[in-house]
Amino acid sequence: MGLPQEKLSALEARIAGLGLPQGGWSEAARADALSRLNAAGLPGRRDEYWKYTRPDTLVQPEAPEAAVLVTDEAPMFDGVDRLKIVFVDGVFDADASDDLTLDGVRIERLAEIADRDIHWGRELYGVLETRGQDPVARPLATLNTAFTTDGVVIHVTGTPSKPISLIYRHEDDRSDVMLHHLIKVDSGAEATILENGPAAARFNKVMEIDIADGGALHHVRSQGRDHDRRDATFTFARLGKESEFRSFTMTVNGVLTRNETVIELLGDDALAHVAGVCVGDGDNFHHDDTVFITHDAVNCESRQVFKKVLRNGATGVFQGKILVKPDAQKTDGYQISQSLLLDDDSQFLAKPELEIYADDVACSHGSTSGAIDEDQLFYLRARGVPMDQATDLLTLAFLAEAMEELADETLADHMLERLEGWLSRRR
Amino acid sequence: MLKIENLHVKLEEEDKQILKGVNLEVEAGKVHAIMGPNGSGKSTLSYVLSGRDGYEVTEGGATLEGEDLLELEPEERAAAGLFLAFQYPVEIPGVGNMTFLRTALNAQRKARGEEEMSAADFLKLIRAKAKDLKIDADMLKRPVNVGFSGGEKKRNEILQMAMLEPKMCVLDETDSGLDVDAMKLVSDGVNALRAEGRGFLVITHYQRLLDHIKPDVVHIMADGKIVKTGGPELALEVENNGYADILAEVA
Ligand SMILES: Nc1ncnc2c1ncn2[C@@H]1O[C@H](COP(=O)(O)OP(=O)(O)OP(=O)(O)O)[C@@H](O)[C@H]1O
Ligand SMILES: [Mg+2]
Repeated sequence: MGLPQEKLSALEARIAGLGLPQGGWSEAARADALSRLNAAGLPGRRDEYWKYTRPDTLVQPEAPEAAVLVTDEAPMFDGVDRLKIVFVDGVFDADASDDLTLDGVRIERLAEIADRDIHWGRELYGVLETRGQDPVARPLATLNTAFTTDGVVIHVTGTPSKPISLIYRHEDDRSDVMLHHLIKVDSGAEATILENGPAAARFNKVMEIDIADGGALHHVRSQGRDHDRRDATFTFARLGKESEFRSFTMTVNGVLTRNETVIELLGDDALAHVAGVCVGDGDNFHHDDTVFITHDAVNCESRQVFKKVLRNGATGVFQGKILVKPDAQKTDGYQISQSLLLDDDSQFLAKPELEIYADDVACSHGSTSGAIDEDQLFYLRARGVPMDQATDLLTLAFLAEAMEELADETLADHMLERLEGWLSRRR
Repeated sequence: MLKIENLHVKLEEEDKQILKGVNLEVEAGKVHAIMGPNGSGKSTLSYVLSGRDGYEVTEGGATLEGEDLLELEPEERAAAGLFLAFQYPVEIPGVGNMTFLRTALNAQRKARGEEEMSAADFLKLIRAKAKDLKIDADMLKRPVNVGFSGGEKKRNEILQMAMLEPKMCVLDETDSGLDVDAMKLVSDGVNALRAEGRGFLVITHYQRLLDHIKPDVVHIMADGKIVKTGGPELALEVENNGYADILAEVA
């Protein structure tokens, strides 16, 4: 089956300047990705999955310019004891990074291991990404598997004493970066991964996460505030028996963000929570959370909690699906996506979906879009809280359910501070 | 303290006159009660005084210690010392009761140019006041009014009043939904606040509350106006005979 001409030329133009790294165990995976990409093509404006978000600037050959934000704000997670791994416009910065040795975890870089003959990464690289293409194609992730330049390869074997912190910096207004991370969590092992910062003018990131029986991974991310940056990120996770995956993302600014999360619950009694808080301002702010969770085992729990605060013409998108396979009895699935529109110009587009083939399940989903509640606002003001402060309080209250998904109080405080900063600046 | 003169109010959205010339003055240290049939405009009066949107003052005015209330934003009225205990307290999911009260208290202090209260002092104070009203620690931690019973909401209003120490307290049917014991707690809370410099305007349908909170003056409101003013005996008359006689007499 050939691609339509339009898609073919778009793909050719996009990959024309990209090098396909050769050699080692990853060569076959990259070649496979390229052939899948040739079959699928890149996302186009008419693709159903891109109905609410225009893929043009994510797909075009050159990354649109994005100025580096100059701010005197304390960097995210400052003061949190963590192992730092720094990438500047996608290039690993050894000087700024910590020593990568830590008990309970083995950390390597994709660029270092990709040309080896053998590495466990082979079992994971592109594997979950490939699984995640069905039933909906995610070609930008495939593009990444083929052409990514680097990433971290983390094998969690125990319980490291501190989080592993991926810090993305951006110095070049036109940088176009693809990173691909692999995370393997052994049975009974547990770790926390932090991510923060604007990685590039345009950033395409894939993270493949494989959690064995009884393992746990906490993922906490703050996406960089550069106003014009563009992100397409893909988190693929596969969960074994009694394992746990919790992912929390906060997004402040960014002209275009598409965060896709694809989770497969394959072992009984597993748990997956994905939460997102996003605040956006202005008619060129566009944020899209696209989530696909498959229950394919008994008695698993999944939660999707996404909240967006939008103003001055900002756009928020949520596409979320819970798929319950025939044998996934006793599934507990919850999905909520809500937006708080601070004016009439902003909009929220939501497509919540449930597809259930098992009979003994409890799944619920809801999506709402609304303004600040006038009665609540008046009640606060009648008690002496000034208008702006009352609005902020109600805005944070709106976000509370999603914020509560971030159990670590220190990390939550960091996020809250960033949100409060945004509220006070954007008045 | 609170002076309402010839106050005429209509709804902003529709051409409906609700208050048709209310005259009322509450002196410092006094408790005034307002009774009146459903829909006579009592809550509207309380909302207009506290600055809720949706009403238009077409004539007359209201002052608090000589300051024009109607010119002020709701939060400025609160900082100036006006407090309304809502007939229907509002639930605010996601905002803790304590956070709410501390934010309010410190916002008022800031507006008045006073120093903010420290977290420790605040905690001490609220614990003591909550204890008097039999509000337990759990209720303080919960989101504002969420999941509170009707009576708990009313007690929470009085707790707020006790914490904020306003000069002029307007209580809109704070007794409705209260059981006998809660009525006593709430009344004790109000009586504890009675002071030289503080005025009360108590809106109620029942003599029962006025047994506990002895009013100095009782007003009857009907169809947007104060139609009769008297002493505590007026409330008893309403309790025994309803409004029919009074309304007939002034008609
Ligand atoms: N926003 C509004 N829209 C329409 N009608 C209103 C509005 N606010 C008040 N009213 C009307 O104004 C009149 C007075 O209402 P208000 O709530 O002040 O009465 P009340 O004296 O407090 O009654 P109750 O004893 O039942 O509490 C009623 O007829 C009510 O329906
Ligand atoms: Mg009323």
